Amino acid sequence: MSQIFNRSTNAIARISIWGAVFILAGVGWAASILNRSAYNTNQGVTVMQPVPFGHEHHVSGLGLDCRYCHASVEKSANAGIPPTATCMNCHKLIWNESPMLEPVRESFRTGKPLNWRKVYDLPDFVYFDHSIHVAKGVGCVSCHGRIDRMRLTAQYPSLQMEWCIACHRNPEKFLRPKDKIFDLAWTPQDQETLGRELAKENHLRSTIALTNCSTCHR
Amino acid sequence: MKTLDGPNFWRSLEEYAETPEFSEMLGREFPRHASEWDGDEDGVSRRRFLELSGASLALAGLTACVKQPREGLVPYVKQPEDVVPGRPLFFATGFTLSGYATGILVESNTGRPTKVEGNPEHPASLGATDVFAQASILSIYDPDRSQTITKLGQIRTWPAFAEELQARVKTSRALFGDGFRVLTPTVTSPTLAAKLRELLGVLPKARWHQWEPAGRDAARAGARLAFGQPADVRYDFANADVVVSLDADPFTFGPGSLAYARAFARRRRDAATGGAAPPRYYAIESTPSASSTLADHRIPLKPSELHAAAAALLSAVSGAAVSGNAAPDARYPWVAACAKDLKAHAGRALVIPGEHAPAEVHALAHLLNEALSSFGVTVFATDPVESEPVDQLASLSALVADMKAGKVDTLLVLGGNPAFDAPSDLGFVEALQRVTFRARVGLYDDETSQYCQWHVNETHELEAWGDARAFDGTVTILQPLIEPLYGGKSALEVLAAAIGQPAAKGLDLVRAHWQKQHPDGFDAFFRKSLHDGFVAGSALPPKSLQAKGTVPAPPAVPRTGIPGDLEIVFRPDPGLFDGRFANNGWLQEVPKPLTKLTWDNAAHLSAGTAKGLGVKNEDFVRLKVGGATLDAPVWILPSQPDGVVTLHLGHGRTRAGRVGNGTGVNAYRLRAAAGLWTAAASAEKTAGRYEFATSQQHFNMEGRHLVRTATFEEYRRDPEFAHRVEEVPKISMYPGFKYDQHAWGLSVNLSSCTGCNACVVACQAENNIPTVGKDQVRRGREMHWIRIDRYYEGSPENPAAHNQPVMCMHCEQAPCELVCPVGATTHSEEGINEMTYNRCIGTRYCSNNCPYKVRRFNFLDYNKDKHLPVLTLLANPNVTVRQRGVMEKCNYCIQRVNRARMDAEKENRRVRDGEVLTACQQVCPTEALVFGDLNDKTSKVAKLKAEQLDYGMLVELNTRPRTTYLAKLTNPNKDL
Amino acid sequence: MSAEADRPPVIAPGYSPATVTDKISAVVLRKTPKWWFVGFAISFIALQLLLISMVKLLILGVGIWGINIPVGWGFAIVNFVWWIGIGHAGTLISAILLLLRQTWRTSINRFAEAMTLFAVAAAAQFVLFHTGRQWLAVYWLFPYPNTMGVWPQFRSPLMWDVFAVSTYATISAIFWFVGLFPDLATLRDRSKHWFGKVAYGMLAMGWRGSARHWHNYEVASLLLAGLATPLVVSVHSVVSFDFAVGILPGWHSTIFPPYFVAGAIYSGFAMVMTLSIPLRKVFGLEDFITMRHLQNMAKIMLATGLIVAYGYGIELFMAWYSGNGFETYMMKNRIFGPYGWIWFLLILCNILTPQLLWLRRVRSSVLGLFFISIIVNVGMWLERFVIIVTSLHRDFLPSSWDMFTPTRWDWAFFVGSLGLFFSLMFLFIRFLPVISIFEMRTIAKGDDPASADTKDMGAVP
Repeated sequence: MSQIFNRSTNAIARISIWGAVFILAGVGWAASILNRSAYNTNQGVTVMQPVPFGHEHHVSGLGLDCRYCHASVEKSANAGIPPTATCMNCHKLIWNESPMLEPVRESFRTGKPLNWRKVYDLPDFVYFDHSIHVAKGVGCVSCHGRIDRMRLTAQYPSLQMEWCIACHRNPEKFLRPKDKIFDLAWTPQDQETLGRELAKENHLRSTIALTNCSTCHR
Repeated sequence: MKTLDGPNFWRSLEEYAETPEFSEMLGREFPRHASEWDGDEDGVSRRRFLELSGASLALAGLTACVKQPREGLVPYVKQPEDVVPGRPLFFATGFTLSGYATGILVESNTGRPTKVEGNPEHPASLGATDVFAQASILSIYDPDRSQTITKLGQIRTWPAFAEELQARVKTSRALFGDGFRVLTPTVTSPTLAAKLRELLGVLPKARWHQWEPAGRDAARAGARLAFGQPADVRYDFANADVVVSLDADPFTFGPGSLAYARAFARRRRDAATGGAAPPRYYAIESTPSASSTLADHRIPLKPSELHAAAAALLSAVSGAAVSGNAAPDARYPWVAACAKDLKAHAGRALVIPGEHAPAEVHALAHLLNEALSSFGVTVFATDPVESEPVDQLASLSALVADMKAGKVDTLLVLGGNPAFDAPSDLGFVEALQRVTFRARVGLYDDETSQYCQWHVNETHELEAWGDARAFDGTVTILQPLIEPLYGGKSALEVLAAAIGQPAAKGLDLVRAHWQKQHPDGFDAFFRKSLHDGFVAGSALPPKSLQAKGTVPAPPAVPRTGIPGDLEIVFRPDPGLFDGRFANNGWLQEVPKPLTKLTWDNAAHLSAGTAKGLGVKNEDFVRLKVGGATLDAPVWILPSQPDGVVTLHLGHGRTRAGRVGNGTGVNAYRLRAAAGLWTAAASAEKTAGRYEFATSQQHFNMEGRHLVRTATFEEYRRDPEFAHRVEEVPKISMYPGFKYDQHAWGLSVNLSSCTGCNACVVACQAENNIPTVGKDQVRRGREMHWIRIDRYYEGSPENPAAHNQPVMCMHCEQAPCELVCPVGATTHSEEGINEMTYNRCIGTRYCSNNCPYKVRRFNFLDYNKDKHLPVLTLLANPNVTVRQRGVMEKCNYCIQRVNRARMDAEKENRRVRDGEVLTACQQVCPTEALVFGDLNDKTSKVAKLKAEQLDYGMLVELNTRPRTTYLAKLTNPNKDL
Repeated sequence: MSAEADRPPVIAPGYSPATVTDKISAVVLRKTPKWWFVGFAISFIALQLLLISMVKLLILGVGIWGINIPVGWGFAIVNFVWWIGIGHAGTLISAILLLLRQTWRTSINRFAEAMTLFAVAAAAQFVLFHTGRQWLAVYWLFPYPNTMGVWPQFRSPLMWDVFAVSTYATISAIFWFVGLFPDLATLRDRSKHWFGKVAYGMLAMGWRGSARHWHNYEVASLLLAGLATPLVVSVHSVVSFDFAVGILPGWHSTIFPPYFVAGAIYSGFAMVMTLSIPLRKVFGLEDFITMRHLQNMAKIMLATGLIVAYGYGIELFMAWYSGNGFETYMMKNRIFGPYGWIWFLLILCNILTPQLLWLRRVRSSVLGLFFISIIVNVGMWLERFVIIVTSLHRDFLPSSWDMFTPTRWDWAFFVGSLGLFFSLMFLFIRFLPVISIFEMRTIAKGDDPASADTKDMGAVP
C-alpha cells in the first residue's frame, strides 16, 4: 500500500489536535488585551484642542481651584465647561496678545462658542453625575488622575464598566474627606479605616444599591 | 451611500423633505424604501415620518460596529445667570384649546422645551393637564410645520407681506374698511381682542368674524334663553351630591374638565376612605362619553329625545308642566327616581348640559339648577369669558354670504382651518375664492392656506408671547420657551402689522396692553404674573342671575323616512380634537377611550343597529345627511343608543402633513350648518372592508378578578370584598428582599380613572417612547408603557365600563427577572424592577413570562425619526433612546427617583413624600395614581395601600406586585 | 425467540467483510450521480433563502417576523425546538444502543449521527437569530471575564440552553468524527485520485488500523458513548425548561422534560426513517439497511409516540384536575380557540396516524413507513407551535390577547433551515461513507450473517 504521507505527519496530526486548544486560548487572550488597550478605550490618549489649554499651568502653576472653571461640579451632573467669558476674566488682561489665545478672543468677540473636543466620552446610556460623587467624598483625582500635572488633558482611566464598578463595589477604597476632594496631591495614611468612617458619615448607600443597574443606566 | 455622511445630509434632508426629487432620491438610495423584499411585513410604510428618515437605518447599521466619533463640547460664551448645565428649568405659561387656557409649567433642558406639566396654582389645571397639552410639545418640533411666508407658493419675506397688508388697510381706509374682514377662532385673549378692536377702530366698517368648529354656540344661546343675557356658567363638583349630565362629558371634555374631574374624584375618594356621603352621577347620553365610565347610572338616549327627557325631568322636579309634557313622560321611566333623588338633595344637586346639546337643553338645565336652587352652591353664573361672545355659526354664515355677494375684498384668517372644518353646506371654499386679498396665518400650510394667496407661518404657542383666559376667566400670560424654530409670526404680531407696527414684538404688545391695566407697579405685577403663570385675582366674579321663562321645544329632527334611518352624532375626536392635532403622532396613536381605536375614526353603531343594517365591525356603511354622503367603516360600540351613529371629527385631512394625511374619514363632509352636532341620517351597507388598528381586542374579563367593583353599600357591609376572590400564596422558593432605604410603590384608584389617556401621553413624552404607526399597532406592537385596559360588565346593550391603567407592576417576585439570560432586568435595592436597555439582547423571554404583558419591544427601529435633528431636540436627556431589538417598560420614572434621591442625599436627608412624582401621577386630573415610599408609613401611598379596598392584580400567581389597585366603588340609586 | 425465524435479518445473506467494504466505499468513490446534483442544487437554493433572510433580519430587526406582544416567540423557537428534537435520534442510536450492544444499529448510526449534527446546526441558527440584538447575543451569552465586570444570569433557562446545546453539538461532533477514522482510512487507501488520497488521509489522522489504534478507538468510543448518553436526556430536558420554568399556563408543567425527550426521540427516528428509506433505495443499500432496521425504528416510534400521547393526556387531565381557571381556559383555547384546528391536526399526525404501526402489514411496507414518518415530522412541528404560540397568544389578561400571523420571512427562515440541513446532508452522503464500513464488517463475519446478529436481537424493544 503506497504511503501518501511521510511518518512525520503523524506528529503534525497530534500537534494539531493539542494545538487547537492553545490556539483558541491564545485568540481569546489577544482579544481581551485588544479590548482593554488604549486603542479601544483611549486611555491616556491626549486630545488636541482648539486652544492648547494646560491644566498643569492653571492648577499647579496659578493654583486655580477646579470650581473656578467647572462651576456646577457640586450642583449638577455636568461639571460644566467654562464659558468664554470666564477665560476672558483673566485673559482680557494677561496674554491678551498671545496668538495662541486668538480663538478665545475671537469667540468672545463674535459670540461663537469655542468648540472643545470631549476627552471623557461616556456612552449615551451611562448617566454619570458629578455632584453626587463630589458630595459623597469621591475626589477629582480618582477619575481625572493628577490632571494638575497634565500639560494637555488626557483620559486617565479606561472608563470601561469594570473600572466604574470596581469603585462602586468597594467605595471605601477611594473616599476622602470633604476638604480634600479638590486636593489632587493629598494622599491618605490609612485609607481602609478612613474610607469606612467616611462611608458611614456620608451615608453611602449599600454596595448592592450602588451596583443596581439604574444607578448609572436608565 | 456617499450622500449619507453626517449632519449636512440631514440638513439637506430637511430642506428637500417636500420635493419630489427627494422622495425619488430616497427610493434610489435607501433599501428599506425601494426594495420589494420588505413589502408590508416591515409595515413601517404607514409612517411617513419614518420613510423620510429611512436612511438612518442604513446609518445605524453602519455605525453599529465602528468606534464612536469623538463628540464635541460646546460651552456658552456668556452663561445666563439661572442656567446650571444639566439641570432643567421650568417656565409657567399656558396651553389654549378653542381659546380657553390651561396653566402649564414647561420643562426646558438647556433651552429646549421637553415636557409639559400642569401648573398646580392654576385653577384650570391644578397640576394636571389633558392629553392635548401633553402632546403639544411634539407639535413644536413637527418638521411638517410651515416654515416660511409664501405668496402663491413663492417664498416671501415678512416685510413684503407687512407692506402689502398695510397697503390693503390703507386702501380700505378710504371705504372706512368696508369689505375688510378678519376671521378668527374663539378669542379669550385680552391683548388680541384689544388689537382687533383697535383695528376695527381704524376701519369702522370692517368686521371681525369668529368660527370654532367645536364651538359653544349652544351654550351661549342656552344662557341667553335662560338668563336673557350672555353668560357663562361654571360648576363646583365639590358641593354636588347628585349630578345629572344631559349629554355632557364634564370630566374629559371642555375648558373646566380638569378641575371638575379633580373635584368629583375627590368626593368619591373621601367617601370611600373617610366614610363621607358618596356623590351620585347620572349620565344621560346620546353617545357614550369617557366621563360616563365613572357614572353610577348611564342612560342612553337618542339626541332627538334629549330635550323631551330634560323637560320631563324639569317638570318632575318643579311639578310645573314644561313645554307640553304635563305628566311624567312614560318613555323615560328613570325620570321619576332621578327627580326624586335630585329633589332630596336640592341645594346640593347639579345638572350639566352637554357642550354640544341643543340650546334649549342648556336652558332647561339652567332652569333645573334654578329649581334645585343650585346657583351659588354648585353652579355659578358669570359674565362670558370670551372677549366677543357671538353666535359663531351666524358669524361665519354672514361672512360666507358676503363673500359670495362679492362684498369682501380683504380677508385675514388668523388661525383655525375653516376650509376644512366649516359646515359643508356653506360653501366656504368657493366663496373664499371670490375674495381679492386672502391672507392666512397658520401653523401648517393646510387646507385653508391652499386657498389663500398669502400664507404666514404662525409661531407655536410655546414660541410666542400672548395671553388667554381660563374657563373661570383667570388670565394666563403665555411666554415663549424657545426662539421660533421655523421663524414665524403670532396672530398678535400680524394684527399689529395691519395697524402699522410691522416691527412690533409680541412681548412689547402684551406688556403694552397690561401696562394700561396696571399702570402702577407694572414691572412687579408682570414679573409675578409670569412667574405664577396667571394674573392673580383675574377670575370672573359670580353674578346672581335668575334662570326663568319657558323653553321652546327645539325643531324636531326631520326623519328621512327611508329604512336605515338614523340620527348622526358628531363629536370632536378624543385624539385629534377638531383636526388641528392630525399631524401629531402621539395623539394619532393614543388608543381612544372606550373604543381603543388608533390612527382612525369610525362610524360607531350599537350592536342592534349594526345588525339591522347587516354590518359587522370593519364593514363600510354609506351615510347620507341631506345631499352629502360618506362611506365610513363601522365599529360597534356598547352603550351606544340604537338608531344613533357617532362620527368623530378631525380625521380625513388632506394637507395635515406626513403623519396626519388620509387617516380615517372626514366627518365634516356630512356636517351641515343645520346639524352641527346631530342630524337625521340614513345608512346602508356598502361593499369593501376596512382594517382598524386597536390596542385591545378582548373586552371581557373572562370571569377573572382583574377589576373589582362594588357599590358603596356592599362595601360598607363587607369592607373586605376585594380580597374574597382568590387565595394568595404565602410561601416562595426565593428568599425575599430587604428594603432598608426606600421601597417605591404605586397605587391606582379605579374609582377615579376616567381613561382620559393623559397619563399615556405624559409617559410617552417623559420616557422618549416612540410611535410605531397604524400597521405596527395592528400587529400588536404598540409601545405605550402605560395602557388603559377597558373592560365591560353586564348587559351587552348597556354594560358598565371599567378603566384600568396597567403599567409595570414591579413585582416583588418578578417572573421576568429570573428568565433573562443576561440579567438585563433586575430587582433594585428599592424594589423597582429595572430594565437596563443597554444590557438587553432582546430574547423577549421576559415579556413572554410577564403575566401583565406590560413589556414593550422594539421590533423595528422605531426611533428612526429621532435621527431628525429637530426631533432629537424633543428627547428627554435623562432617558436612553432605545435601540432596535431592545425590550422596554415602565421603570417608575427612575430618572425622577434618582434625581430626587441625589438631591436629598446632597442635603443629607430622606426623600420627602411627594418629592418624586411619576409622569403619569403628575398629569392625572383625578389623582387616580399615587406614587411614593412604602417604607415611610406616613406617606400617601402607604396609607392608600393600607386601605381595605387595596388589592393586587393576579396575586394568586405569587408575583406580589408593587403596583396595586383600589377597587372601584359606585353609588347607584336603589330606585333604578 | 420464537418470532426470530420470520424476522428479516440485519444484513442480507452472502456478504463477506471484503464485499461490504467494496459496496459501501463504492458509494463514495464512484462518479457523482445526476440526481445528486439536482437534489443538492434544490437544497442549496433553499440555503441561499436562509442567508438572504438573515441579512434582511440583521438590517431591519426581528420585526420582519409575525411576532408581537404577547406572542414574543414564534416560528424561530418552534423551529429551534423541532430541530433540536430531531437531533436526538443520532445520539440515542450511536450512544445508548451502542452501550446496549444493539448490533442492528450499526448500519444506521453513521448517518443518524450526521443528521444529529446537521439538525443541531440548523437549530443553532435560530438560537442566535431570534434575539433582538444578535451582534451582542453572540458573546454576552457566554460567561467570561469581560470588560463590563458582569456575568450572565445563571438562573435563566436560556442560559442553560446555551450550555446544553453547545455541549451537545461538541460531543456529537467528536463522537462522529472519531467514529469516521477507520472508514476515512479505508477511503484514503481506496481512492484513486491523489486529491482524494490526501484529503481523506488528512482527515484519517494517520489511522493505520494497528491493534493499538483499535484498542484506543474502542476505549474512546465507549467513553464518548458514556458522555453522550446523559446528553440524550439532558439536552431536551433543558430545552423543555425554557417553557416549564415560565409561569404561563400551557408552559408551567412538570411533565415537560420526559414528554419533550420522548417527543424528541419520536421525531428523531421519524427523520432517520424519512432519510434512510430513499437513501437505501438510491444507493442500493437495501442489503444493509434491511426491513429489520425499518421495523425496529417503527417500533421505537410507536413506543415514544405513545409516551407523547400520554403527555397530551396528562395535560388535558391536569387542566381539569388542577381546577385552575387559567389552565382550564388555556386547554379550552387550545382545542376550541382560533388555533384549534392546528391542535386537531396535531392529534391526527402525532397520535392517530402512528397507531397504524401496530399492524405488521404497515410496518413491513416501506412506502407506508415513509409516509408515516413524514406525517410524524409534521406533527412534531405542530406540537411545538401549539405549545409556544397558542399558550402565548391568550394568557392572563384578556386585554393583551392577540393573534400571531406568520409573515413570509417566518416561512423563509423555516424553508431556509431545511435548505441548510439538506445541503449538509447531501454533501455528507456524497463524500463520506453513509454506513460505517468497519462496523458492518463485524456483522458480516463469515457467510452466515444470521449467526452474527440473532444473539443480539432478543434485546430489541
